Amino acid sequence: MNLTNFNTSDEFFVDMQRCIGCKACEMACAECETNGNQTLISVNYVDRASTIQTTVQVCMHCEDPVCANVCPADAISQDEFGVVYTANTERCIGCSNCVMACPFGVPKKVEEYDLMMKCTMCYDRTSVGKKPMCATVCPSGALFYGTRSEIEEMRPNSIPVNNFIFGKEKVKTKVNIMMPKGSKELRIY
Amino acid sequence: MAKLPVSVEKIIEVFGPHKNYAPLDGYEGRDEPDEVVKTHCCFCGMQCGIQLLVKENKVVGFEPWMEFPFNEGRLCPKGVQRYLQNNHPDRLLHPIQRVEGKGFEKTSWDNALDKTVSEIKRIQEKYGKDAFSMLSGVSLSNEKSYLIGKFARVALQTKNLDYNGRLCMVSAGAGNKKAFGLDRTSNNYSDLEYAEVIMVTGANISETFPTLTHWIWKARDRGAKLIVIDPRMIPLARTADVHLDIRPGTDSALYGAMLKYLVDHDMLDHDFIDNYTSGFQETIDAVKDYTLEWAEEITGIDKNKIKKAAELWGKAKTSFLLHARGIEQHSKGVDNVVGCINLVLATGRIGKPYCGYGTITGQGNGQGGREHGHKCDQLPGNRDIENPEHRKYISEVWGIDEKDMPGKGLSAYEIIDAIHRGEIKGLFSICFNPLVSLPNNTYVREALEKLEFYVCIDFFLNETARHADIVLAGSLQEEEEGTTTSAEGRVIRVRQAVTPPGEARTDTSIILEIAKRLGHKDKFTYDNSEAIFNELRVASKGGTADYFGISYKRVEENMGVFWPCPTEDHPGTPRLWEDKKFKTPDGKAHFNPAPYRLPSEVTDNEYPITLTTGRVVSQYLSGTQTRRIGKLVDQFPEPFLEIHPNLAAQYGIKQRELVKVSTRRGEAIFPANIVETIREDTVFVPYHWPGLKSANQLTIATLDPVSKMPEFKVCACKLEPQGKIAPPSKESEAYASV
Repeated sequence: MNLTNFNTSDEFFVDMQRCIGCKACEMACAECETNGNQTLISVNYVDRASTIQTTVQVCMHCEDPVCANVCPADAISQDEFGVVYTANTERCIGCSNCVMACPFGVPKKVEEYDLMMKCTMCYDRTSVGKKPMCATVCPSGALFYGTRSEIEEMRPNSIPVNNFIFGKEKVKTKVNIMMPKGSKELRIY
Repeated sequence: MAKLPVSVEKIIEVFGPHKNYAPLDGYEGRDEPDEVVKTHCCFCGMQCGIQLLVKENKVVGFEPWMEFPFNEGRLCPKGVQRYLQNNHPDRLLHPIQRVEGKGFEKTSWDNALDKTVSEIKRIQEKYGKDAFSMLSGVSLSNEKSYLIGKFARVALQTKNLDYNGRLCMVSAGAGNKKAFGLDRTSNNYSDLEYAEVIMVTGANISETFPTLTHWIWKARDRGAKLIVIDPRMIPLARTADVHLDIRPGTDSALYGAMLKYLVDHDMLDHDFIDNYTSGFQETIDAVKDYTLEWAEEITGIDKNKIKKAAELWGKAKTSFLLHARGIEQHSKGVDNVVGCINLVLATGRIGKPYCGYGTITGQGNGQGGREHGHKCDQLPGNRDIENPEHRKYISEVWGIDEKDMPGKGLSAYEIIDAIHRGEIKGLFSICFNPLVSLPNNTYVREALEKLEFYVCIDFFLNETARHADIVLAGSLQEEEEGTTTSAEGRVIRVRQAVTPPGEARTDTSIILEIAKRLGHKDKFTYDNSEAIFNELRVASKGGTADYFGISYKRVEENMGVFWPCPTEDHPGTPRLWEDKKFKTPDGKAHFNPAPYRLPSEVTDNEYPITLTTGRVVSQYLSGTQTRRIGKLVDQFPEPFLEIHPNLAAQYGIKQRELVKVSTRRGEAIFPANIVETIREDTVFVPYHWPGLKSANQLTIATLDPVSKMPEFKVCACKLEPQGKIAPPSKESEAYASV
C-alpha cells in the first residue's frame, strides 16, 4: 500500500462533549469502498434514561497496540506512521482476542465474514491527502482531523491528550481526545 | 374519486416505502465516476454543499465538498445517505392512473395529461375556477416555486394555491414583516462567530440542522454563552450555559418576562430604541406585570434560570438569537416571533457585526420558496396579491390583464376545510404530503376522499398520492437545474446531476406541458431553468425579496449571492439593516406587543398531559424520502413516546411498554421511552411516520390567526398503558405503516 502522501502533520482529535449522536460518522464510514458497508466507528448513548449524552469511539491507534500484541495469527499490523490496520483477511482466524483485549472496545468481529474489522484511519483517503470520512462529515466538531496548531487555535479552552491510564495500564495513542486546558492524561479506574 | 383503489397494503407492496441500502461494495462505478457534480443537499435549509458521483446517468455515491463555505464538507446522516434516491426501487418511472379494484396502472404521458387537463376543465366549468386548488412545497427550487405561482394564477386561474411552508415558516415570515417589513433571516451564520451570547429557542439544531452546530461551537470556543430554550434536554441543551426547560405553549410569557427584566434593569439601547424603532412603550406596557415569579408560574422554569438568561442577554455586547418551529408552530406563533424580536430590538443588537437574529428555515428552499409567489396571498418578490400596484407590476411581467389575476386564496389547512365543505372539488399537488404532515390527519383523509379529481406530481408514491387519480412521475432535486435560497438568505446553484430515470420527466417540463394543454403555451415557454430564473429576477425587481442583480453566473462564481441584490453591480446583502433603514412604511423597526395568552387546548382532568411533537435526526419531515433509505430508517425505526420517569411511574408505565396516547382528535399507540431529559408534565412524539403510527392523528389544527400556521407543538392528551412491552424496535415496520 502506498502511503507516500500520508501527511504526518495531520492528527485525529475527538471531543466527546460535542458529540450530538447524529451518526453521520457511522454512515459516512460505511461508505468507504474498503469497508463493505460496515461502519468502523461507533456512536452510543452513555445512559439514555438519564442523559442525551452520546460517545463516539474511533480506533485510537495505540503506540503499542494491544490488539496486535494479543493476536495469535499476527493478523494486525502497524505501519511506520503509527496507523494500526484492520485484520489481514488471509491471517485473521476470527478468535476475538483483539475484541476482548482492546481497552477502548474498538475492534469488532464481523460474524458474516468471520473477520475482525476496525478503523484504519481511512488509509485510502489519508494516503492521498484527504481527511478521514468520519472527521470530514462530523457536523459538530466532535471529530476533527488536522494539525495540532489548528485545533489549539480553534479551541483555546481545551487541550489534546493522548495518555490514558486504565488502572495500572498506561496506553499512549496516536488519536487525541480533547480535555479541559491543563489536563495531561485521562485516568480510568 | 379520491378513495384508495385497493387496500393500502397492496399499494405499499408495489410502491413502498421499501428500504434502500447501497450494495455492500457500493454501486458500480462509484470509484470511477463519469462526473463529480458539485451541488447541494436536498433536505433542510442549511443546503450543505455536497458532491454527487454519477456513473452512466445514475447517482452512485457522494463525496464531501470541502470548499463550500457554510459546511466545508460537514454533513448529517441524511446528507450522507441522500444519494440513495435516484437509484431507488420505489422510484416512479412513468405516469400511473388509479384503476378501481386494481390499484395504480401504468399509463402514457398523453393519456395522463389529457385526463388531467379534461378534469381540470370539467371541474372548473361546473364549479368555478377556484374549485380547483393547488398545494405546493418548498423543497422545490426557486424556479419551480416561481413557475407554480404563475401556473396557478395564469394557467389554472385559481386563487386557491398554497404551500407546505404554511407548516414551516409562515409565523416567522409574518413576525419579520411586522417588525422589519421584510422576511429574511437578518444575518448570515458567520455572524455567530464572535457573538457573546447565543440564544436558541424552539430549535432542535443538533437533530434538525446538525451542520449549524459547528458554527455555534465556533462561538463557544471564543467564550460565547449559550442559552437553549426547549421543553426537552436536546443534544445542544446538554452543554448549554442555561437550559430553560419551558412548558410548551408559554414562550411569549418567557420573552415578556425577559423584556420586563431588561427594562427594570435598564439593559436597553436607548439610542437605538429612540431613533430607529417604534412601538416600544406599548410593547413594554403589555409586559409590565410579567415578574420573574409570574413567569416561573406560567412557564414552569425556575425563576433564577430566567433571571440568569435575562442577565446574560441584557449585558452582552454582541448576540445572536435563533428560533425555529418550536416557537412558530403555535396558534400564537407570530406573537412568539415578535416576542423574540422585541428582545433583539430592546438591546439594539442588529445590523452590526456579530449581532444577529433569524428564524432557521426548515425546508431546503424554505427561504426562497416563500418569496416567489406560491403562497395564497403572495406574488413574486414577496409582493402582496391584494396590493393594486403589486398586482399591476406582476400582471405586466406575466403579460396578463390585471383583472384576470386571481385574488387572495385559502391557506393550506383552509383548503382542506373547503374540500370538506364541498367548495373545492379538484386538487393538484406537488412536494407536499399532507396526510402525514398536517395536523388531525384523519380529517385530512376524509377531505381527500371527497375530491372529484386529484393529480399529483412526485418521484415516489407518497401517502397522500395514494388517493390520487393520476400521479405524474416527476424529478428529484438532483434531476433538474435550478437555484435555492438557504436559511442564511444565500442564493445557491442546484445542479442537474442526472436526467430523470425511465419515462419520468422534470417537474418543470410537466408543469409547462399542462399549461400548454390548458391553452397558455405563449406564457409558459422557456429554453431552460435559467430562463425561468431570469424572468423571476424581473418579477422580483423592486419587491422586498429583490433578486434582480443575481444571475446564474454570479451565483456560480461566488458560491452564492445573498439577496436583496437589486442590481448586477450590487454585492448582495449577507447582513441586513446595517443602514438601519427598515422596510416598514415608517422606515423603523417595530416593537410589537406580545401579551401572553393560552394555547388553544389546555390540559384538564380528562386530558391531563401536554403533548408536543418534533423530529429525529435521521428523518426529514413527512418521510417520503427518508423512510425509504434503509440506514436512516434503522437509526430510528419507529416513533416513540418520550416520557419522564416520574410521569411514567404515575401510570405504572414500563420502559418500551406500549402506551395509547389519546386526544380529542384521535389515538395512537407508541412504545414508551422513559427519560429524564423531558419535562414531567409533557410527552413528546416525533411525527415522521404515516397511518397508525402518525403523531398527527393527535395534533390540533387550530391556526395562528395571522399566519394560519397550525398548532403542532402543543395540545392536551391522556395516556393509557397497554400492559404489553413493544417488540424490539428493529423489528418495527413503522416506516411503511398502514
